[in-house]
Amino acid sequence: MTMSDERAPRPESGEPDILAELQAEVAEELAEERPPAGGPAYQVVGALVTLAVGVGGTVLSYGYGLGTLRKPGAGMWPFVVSLLITALSLALLVGGRQLADSERFTRSSLLPAIGILTFLGLGALMPAVGFEIPSLLLCVIWLRFLGGETWRSTILVSVGAVAAFYFLFLYGLGIPLPHLF
Amino acid sequence: MDLNAFADGFALVTEPHNMLYCLIGVLIGMLIGVLPGLGPSATIAILLPIVYSVDPVSAIIMLAGIYYGAQYGGTITSVLLRLPGEASTVVTVFDGFALARQGKAGTALGIAAIGSFVGATVSIVIMTLVAPVVAGWALDFGPQEYAALALLGVLLVATIGSGNTVKALIAATIGLLLATVGQDKFTGAERFTFGSLELQGGLDFVIVAMGLFGVGEILYNLEERHGKAHVPAKVSNVWPSRKDLRQSSGAIGRGSVIGFGLGVLPGGGAVMSSLAAYATEKRISKHPERFGRGAVEGVAAPETANNAAATSSFIPLLTLGIPANASMAMLFAALLVLNVQPGPQLIEERPDVFWGVVNSMYLGNLILLMLSIPLVGLFVRILLVRPAILAPLTALITILGVYTINNSTFDIFVMVVFGIIGYLMKKAGFEPGPMVLAFVLGLILEDNVRRSLIIENGDPLGLVTRPISGVIFAAFLLVALWPAAKLVFRRRKAPAVAPADRDHTTV
Repeated sequence: MTMSDERAPRPESGEPDILAELQAEVAEELAEERPPAGGPAYQVVGALVTLAVGVGGTVLSYGYGLGTLRKPGAGMWPFVVSLLITALSLALLVGGRQLADSERFTRSSLLPAIGILTFLGLGALMPAVGFEIPSLLLCVIWLRFLGGETWRSTILVSVGAVAAFYFLFLYGLGIPLPHLF
Repeated sequence: MDLNAFADGFALVTEPHNMLYCLIGVLIGMLIGVLPGLGPSATIAILLPIVYSVDPVSAIIMLAGIYYGAQYGGTITSVLLRLPGEASTVVTVFDGFALARQGKAGTALGIAAIGSFVGATVSIVIMTLVAPVVAGWALDFGPQEYAALALLGVLLVATIGSGNTVKALIAATIGLLLATVGQDKFTGAERFTFGSLELQGGLDFVIVAMGLFGVGEILYNLEERHGKAHVPAKVSNVWPSRKDLRQSSGAIGRGSVIGFGLGVLPGGGAVMSSLAAYATEKRISKHPERFGRGAVEGVAAPETANNAAATSSFIPLLTLGIPANASMAMLFAALLVLNVQPGPQLIEERPDVFWGVVNSMYLGNLILLMLSIPLVGLFVRILLVRPAILAPLTALITILGVYTINNSTFDIFVMVVFGIIGYLMKKAGFEPGPMVLAFVLGLILEDNVRRSLIIENGDPLGLVTRPISGVIFAAFLLVALWPAAKLVFRRRKAPAVAPADRDHTTV
């Protein structure tokens, strides 16, 4: 108790505590809306993926030739970087199992998966049939099926958006997107 | 300081089309600040293709406006909804929302706007005076200094940011590795191209950033979106009373200084400075128990500091060519696209860009001050637009935008791949920020490390024996060893209380 009495007139000794407290509070604030943590399996998989990047990078860059310090080869820098990745990933693999910063995949993780497919679809179709129809399809899928909008607002927003982009890119910015009309 | 160039910069900024771009930039910034989800770096990433078709100065003025405008916008949701639009306005929630619940939302927003304006303006004035000096000083930097600076930058970004340090370091080192893809500048050998012609020229930073930040965040939001409606608190009487102003003037002054200082540091930026400013106010207050229950200083300090920091973080970019945070990395990319090499020579070679950007911030902040108060009602209404409607629009802007860069669908696929990586990183608890930043710095870093080795005849110690690079490396070691040192102190603290007290005084 005498310790705390001694400390009282020196408020700056409480400094790290307020900041740490604040950071914890902020983290909590941000965590409120997040889905449940993924658990140790997520951490291990994450660390294994980066470990694979590190090991792969090490092997490949060794093949590019390290050279000497006086005359560094093409592989020297990526080799050093890859070794670092490997070491850090091992540290994460050993010490990071209990971290709570991952997020579990849930049923709603299907939404981004479908989103990715629409991105790829637009990329693949655009050169062939112009951007209008694939963009319209993307909007409809995102609004109606991913976003749960009504058909009415889906149609209004998607037609409006495609028309707006048409005029913005082709006339406003003068950028030649592949287009049908 | 070259007064003529400074004045010419103002003339440039007041040209109608530049004022318009400034206005568009800060409005977009405020908008995305208000909307939870897309942050400033993601927005700048998504809009990067625009710089291919707009005049360089206007483009940079607009993109810069997005960054500091977002700091203003984030405040509104923090105060009214307890929902921080930006990470840098999270601490504002504590007292801002408390004030709103007491029916003083207007006071909180008014104080925040005034603090933001003062903080930013103080910061711009200091920058106007200091930046040319720093640039002049940095003209003597050789590859050794640049290597040291870039290395320190990568380390600071990884260690200061939120989240697990080891993970941030892994993300950063992978960013460094990604920067090596393509033909090696020194030997002409191909690295990590796997025979692809498209990869020979290396990964395009703009496309990687659009993927990791833009697409990654769009996908992440698609999953995390909660369809709940927000009912904001009522706003009345936005002008703070004289008593409120008096009460928060100290906080605004200190916030400006803290924000300016931390903003210059790589990895510091707006988030860290808002925390530090709030903590400072709480620490020196005679009634710290008021904080969290509606203290005006608790809004003034972080809001002032995050704007001061957002402004001062332009200094390392414009004078050294080293981006201090992810948003600055986006601006770095934009400058490179425009064929403007950021660095100490910028102020001499392209005074129009340098002074145009710096001076546009005077104007931009004035616009923000004038807009943020009357337009609060409008921005609150924007919150009622459902995220489901905005999502496909941002997705389309991103895809069509990336295509227009090279008229290439290959770019769309590269961007989507990095978008998937960015999304998975977020799920696994890795922040994409350090990776993007290290990617930019990686290009500078390898180049300068190898040049130094050649200059120093293969002696790696040559990197640290020059005075300036030596000091930077000392700072590097300090940052690198700090966590270990803290661990030792904590261990020593654990067994007895008495030595801990001594440690506080020595730290």
